Amino acid sequence: MHPASSIILFTTLSGLGYGLAMMLGLGLLDPAHMATKVAHVLALALISAGLLSSTAHLGNPQRAWRALSQWRSSWLSREGVMAIATFVPLTWSAWLAVIEGRYFWLPGLLGAAMSLVTVFCTAMIYASLKSVQAWHTRLTPACYLLFAIAGGLVLTVFLAACSGALTPPLAVGAVVALAAAWTVKVKWRARLQEAGPLSTPESATGLGGIGRVRLFERPHMTENYLTREMGFRVGRKHAAKLWKIAVALGAVLPCVLLLVLGMWGLGGVAGASLAALALLAFVTGLLAERWLFFAEARHAVMNYYGG
Amino acid sequence: MTSLPSLPTPKKLGLVIDLDTCVGCHACVVNCKEWNTGGYGAALSDQDPYGATVSGAWLNRVHSFEMIPDGEVVGEAGEARIVHFPKSCLHCEAAPCVTVCPTGASYKRADDGIVLVEEDMCIGCGLCAWACPYGAREMDLAAGVMKKCTLCIDRIYNETLEEVDRTPACVRTCPANARHFGDLGDPDSEVSKLVAERGGIDLMPEQGTLPVNKYLPPRQRQPLSASAGLLEEYMLKEDAGDATGFFGWLDKMLDRI
Amino acid sequence: MKPRERVALSRPVADEVRKTTCYMCACRCGINVHIKDGKIRYIEGNRDHPVNKGVLCAKGSAGIMQHYAPARLRAPLKRVGPRGSGQFQEISWEEALSTATQWLGAVRADDPKKLAFFTGRDQSQSLTGFWAQQFGTPNYAAHGGFCSVNMAAAGIMTIGGAFWEFGAPDWERTKLFVMFGVAEDHDSNPIKMGIAKLKKRGARFVSVNPIRTGYSAVADNWIGIRPGTDGLLILSVVHELLKARRIDVDYLVRYTNASWLVIDAPGTAEHGLFARDGEGRALIHETVTEQVVPFGSKGARAALSGRVRLDDGRFAVPSFQLLAEKYLDDKYAPEAIAAETGVSSQVIRGLAAEIARVAFEEEIFIEQPWTDMNGQRHQGYVGRPVSFHAMRGLSAHSNGFQTTRALHMLQVLIGAVDCPGGFRFEPPYPKPLSAHPTPHGKAEHFGSNTPLAGPHLGFPRGPEDLLIDEDGQPARIDKAFSWDAPIAAHGMMHMVVANAHAGDPYPIDVLFMYMANMAWNSSMNTAGTIRMLEDKDEATGEYRIPRIIYSDAYASEMVAYADLVLPDTTYLERHDCISLLDRPISEPDAVQDAIRWPVLEPDRDVRPFQTVLLDIGARLNLPGFSDGHGRALYKDYADYIVRHERRPGIGPLAGFRGSNGDREGRGAANRRQLQRYIENGSFFSAHIPMEAQFFKHANQAYQDFAVRMGFFDTPQPVTFQLYQEVLQKFRLSAEGLREPLAPETHRERILQAFDPLPDWYRPLGEALVDQREYPCHALTQRPAAMYHSWGSMNAWLRQIHTRNPLYVPGPICDELGLKDGDWAWVRSHHGSIKVEVARMEAVNASTLWTWNAIGKRAGAWALDKDSPEARKGFLLNHLIAELLPPREDGMRLSNSDPVTGQAAWYDLRVRIEKADSSLVSDPQFPPLAQPEAEPRPDELRYGQEWAQ
Repeated sequence: MHPASSIILFTTLSGLGYGLAMMLGLGLLDPAHMATKVAHVLALALISAGLLSSTAHLGNPQRAWRALSQWRSSWLSREGVMAIATFVPLTWSAWLAVIEGRYFWLPGLLGAAMSLVTVFCTAMIYASLKSVQAWHTRLTPACYLLFAIAGGLVLTVFLAACSGALTPPLAVGAVVALAAAWTVKVKWRARLQEAGPLSTPESATGLGGIGRVRLFERPHMTENYLTREMGFRVGRKHAAKLWKIAVALGAVLPCVLLLVLGMWGLGGVAGASLAALALLAFVTGLLAERWLFFAEARHAVMNYYGG
Repeated sequence: MTSLPSLPTPKKLGLVIDLDTCVGCHACVVNCKEWNTGGYGAALSDQDPYGATVSGAWLNRVHSFEMIPDGEVVGEAGEARIVHFPKSCLHCEAAPCVTVCPTGASYKRADDGIVLVEEDMCIGCGLCAWACPYGAREMDLAAGVMKKCTLCIDRIYNETLEEVDRTPACVRTCPANARHFGDLGDPDSEVSKLVAERGGIDLMPEQGTLPVNKYLPPRQRQPLSASAGLLEEYMLKEDAGDATGFFGWLDKMLDRI
Repeated sequence: MKPRERVALSRPVADEVRKTTCYMCACRCGINVHIKDGKIRYIEGNRDHPVNKGVLCAKGSAGIMQHYAPARLRAPLKRVGPRGSGQFQEISWEEALSTATQWLGAVRADDPKKLAFFTGRDQSQSLTGFWAQQFGTPNYAAHGGFCSVNMAAAGIMTIGGAFWEFGAPDWERTKLFVMFGVAEDHDSNPIKMGIAKLKKRGARFVSVNPIRTGYSAVADNWIGIRPGTDGLLILSVVHELLKARRIDVDYLVRYTNASWLVIDAPGTAEHGLFARDGEGRALIHETVTEQVVPFGSKGARAALSGRVRLDDGRFAVPSFQLLAEKYLDDKYAPEAIAAETGVSSQVIRGLAAEIARVAFEEEIFIEQPWTDMNGQRHQGYVGRPVSFHAMRGLSAHSNGFQTTRALHMLQVLIGAVDCPGGFRFEPPYPKPLSAHPTPHGKAEHFGSNTPLAGPHLGFPRGPEDLLIDEDGQPARIDKAFSWDAPIAAHGMMHMVVANAHAGDPYPIDVLFMYMANMAWNSSMNTAGTIRMLEDKDEATGEYRIPRIIYSDAYASEMVAYADLVLPDTTYLERHDCISLLDRPISEPDAVQDAIRWPVLEPDRDVRPFQTVLLDIGARLNLPGFSDGHGRALYKDYADYIVRHERRPGIGPLAGFRGSNGDREGRGAANRRQLQRYIENGSFFSAHIPMEAQFFKHANQAYQDFAVRMGFFDTPQPVTFQLYQEVLQKFRLSAEGLREPLAPETHRERILQAFDPLPDWYRPLGEALVDQREYPCHALTQRPAAMYHSWGSMNAWLRQIHTRNPLYVPGPICDELGLKDGDWAWVRSHHGSIKVEVARMEAVNASTLWTWNAIGKRAGAWALDKDSPEARKGFLLNHLIAELLPPREDGMRLSNSDPVTGQAAWYDLRVRIEKADSSLVSDPQFPPLAQPEAEPRPDELRYGQEWAQ
């Protein structure tokens, strides 16, 4: 699948935003603190930026409102509905924190739960597509949810460090979430690499009875919408390298930094810097992970295009 | 609506494509384009039409595949072969492209099972194209809406056309008679009979899409070498021999005229 | 709200339907052009049309994009930059026509042969040929010489008709159909429709072709033969059929020259010729009375073997004895030829067995009394339901004439010509050799301001009819009908530029061409041809080919090399006639012709070429075009089509003649004729009565019908010429036994190629190169979705073939380590090209191939100069020389069939080497500047204004 930057940015940013919103909703940060106020605004900003970037790839964005109508059957519609609905408790919570400097459990917990559901809906857009075998697994929503939680925690650690309120359990919690997310992701990727293809040129053409089937000529010589959208193919070596970078930056480095932070309870500028570094590493790693999420996924249609 | 109609639909209109006859001439491809670029919905646009990266929206395309029999290639039976493979929307009964649509633009008609896009409602998110394992949907980049085979809905019900022409453009134009249109829900229809006789198949049955369109696989072939023995029989009967023998036979034949 | 209710189901398609004839290839299907708001809404096949019966191919369906292509020329052009720069200035038609008239008038007065007028994909040859004849130049032909003249010449000289588009398999009845060397070609839709019929009936379809695509892909059996060896395969089948005694002796005696006596007098000028009586009638040996009597004598029982003494004391044998002795030789046994052809002996036997079985065990009988030319009444038609079709795979080799003759001989031996289930003639064929003219163009045939004494093209009956001077030098610029190519019945357009450049046999002043892309895909040695067109005489500074006039509708590569460009219309903007005088669209059951008419008015300053030619003819005061006082006889081509008469009552169109429009074939001109055609769907069809439908070559009812329709003035039955005496006359000349004597330089070649019985020899281009150095063949195939170079300016078709890879057999890929997308050098004795490769298994193991004419020169056809067609597309033409490699004596002859001069495109031998990866194919040429063309849009949304 083509790793469109708009969609990679959308899932990464909105995942981080919803993760942060969950942590805020759970009241993990002191509502009175300036950093928490910033955090609320940041969460909303990340979610909004993500949503906006997701509309960038629409052919007719002016009709985007129509996407709210089919929540009974379409995960994309559900995601849209949930995203908008989730703004209500999140904005409420943000108002309370920013203006009144207080935390109220009702919008907080509601916001956290709805954020979780929204991320789940996003993941299910992908997981529901049987045509993309790599995505069509429960592990996909598990990854999205765990990465959102882990991202939210890393962001929370950073904000806590900025406000000097970092506690070791928070840092350890972030490490645990990171470990969980990456463990599931490793399983996800192992499945991708180990599973035989669901559909093959033989099943796609029904001609396997005659012999091994290979594409002889594409229908048209130049690229078309389908091959641009779904024909992206990342080199095996390139993917392996990128995966290592994703794991190193997204998992190993933040875990080490967070453990350092948690164990030694560094505060002040040093702590905030370490936390910032962990966050930066994680986001970079996550972008690589998301890029691979698309780039390594093979669409069934490529059986017709020799991909 | 985005939800699928209750199945089965009373009619299952679709195509039967004969892979034994298709010579890969692209007639259906181009005729489809010209009919539909002025017909249902937005024109099928072409980007950079006279430039280096020419590309356009098409609703039907012909692929070519090569089959290489397993093992060593020996003689006729083991030889590699080419099959030309036209492909457009299969109007699946369990159309995944319909259920993923967030706006309701994609729908399957309850009466005849045709899968359509209501272009005024389409936001061009492209998810339906992702959901389709067959590559039947292509975004029109100029209009920003998803295009797909309509089974020429503006022909098959078009009362301004002669009855005989109320058939999809690809079927009408196919010089090799490799495309057939009809109701696959009616076991007595010509297309259903063809499917039954020729062992018509579904593409990617494992995707669970229940395609309506069927493909007729290439017929079994009898190698020429299997007939070689026949010639030897003729020769034995006629006491082959050399030219002298031949002219003797010839004289006998002339006597019989 | 239910969206489905918003679908408008019954919108009228358009405002109006105009029925005309397609011209997206040579198939000439009927089309319905739907016009909406003055634009084309849709083009579909015409269901009533006899050629396509409603279907339409990819090309025809892309007519919209052809019609509106930005590559259309807009106005007459005068070259202002150097040749090949593409720099032009638009001029008025008056200036263009007076310039052309001035150039041509001077030539006509001075020395008419200094005009070479050659037309390419011309469908108006009866006009262009007539014009050239009235002009008086001997140098006229259409493009048949580089197209498929071997098909036509071998067919006419053997059975009086040809495959090509002059006959067709009996699709309704045939049970075994064998096709040789046909990819997309003439009759493209009828062949597809025919194959579908065979498939439906369960008839067997065998394709002999090195490449298994298209038709071959759906064949029941594919014989992936080595290129150039089809003749051997056919003769081996003949060998097996003779051995198995599976031949139709009755048919041979009745309809062929099998019984004709061949003089056996070695060393004399008549050796190998037919014994004839005083009236020139061929003699046979009558075995009951032991007399030698003329062929056709009532009640005669002809011998097919046995030596007989003629009245003059010489000995003779029936030609069939020579035939049988020749092919019974074990050198034609399947085992003996398997290695050369690459076809296993069991497959050859199987093919022969199936032909024999179907012909003789699945015989058809149609009860329909008919009378043959001897007056004998038959109860019905006996059908041998084996049919054949062949095209370029046979004809584009330098042994193609003989190979095609071999195939016709095979058809005749099993009695399967013009019978039910066999190959059937399409009127006005069959037509015996004797009904064709001999060629004209010798010095005594033309002169200053005088028409040529007769038609340019025809069939020499012997060396005495060659167009040569006393020294044996060619009279024509293309050297057609010279010792180089004695039976060059369609001329040799592929030699014109090279010969004119070399001044061999003489220089010319004006080269006038129509629709022939000689500066690109229509020439062998393209780069060399470009140099020749650009080359100047150092002494005078003049171009070696001083003036080039060119007419085309589109900015093709050739336009850039013209000095004066006459812009043609598109096929939807002009009148045309698909005439029985030229290349009609008849079916075996019906006589047919058709027209085109302007279904749209031109929106540019362009004129139909035929009308322009009439105008120039009138300005030049040519007889037949002007009344002698400079007044034009015809207003335009439409007027000519209606009023021109070739013989009294015979005009370009056969339908709706006579003042009331009720006459068919013969009749007075009818002013309303074109209107009647338009009302009838732009075609005319006259059914052949059932008693005349088969055995047309010997069927009295058919012959009478042919006379009635005006094909001939007297019946012209055909006796199939298995043994071809004309060829033997050339051999006698080459043996020094018969005047005029062939020059020493050509004797060996003539002795090899002019066997009076079908023969196989190694293609000349192959025989002269080292086969270890060049172990592979390289071929092109015409794709179904692109007609020659005509299609890259078409925004839809070019998406299907935007560039062309070289397809390489899997084993060669493995040996060289080539993968899809790698690059390779392909080298011949003449040149090298660097191309992108793709792997293929379903192909003859020594054959590389690509799609024909996809590669374009940068800047041509109004395409972006970085288009894939120019950057990655390529031509094999760069590897093919117009001359053969030098012989031992240093002589270089044309790379053509030595009999007919057919360009031997497929003789090419090459080697392939892996190359470094590349972004562009090699060779590349400087981009052409584009004539002021229409603006090139960045996006097309054709039909958006009609969107619902």
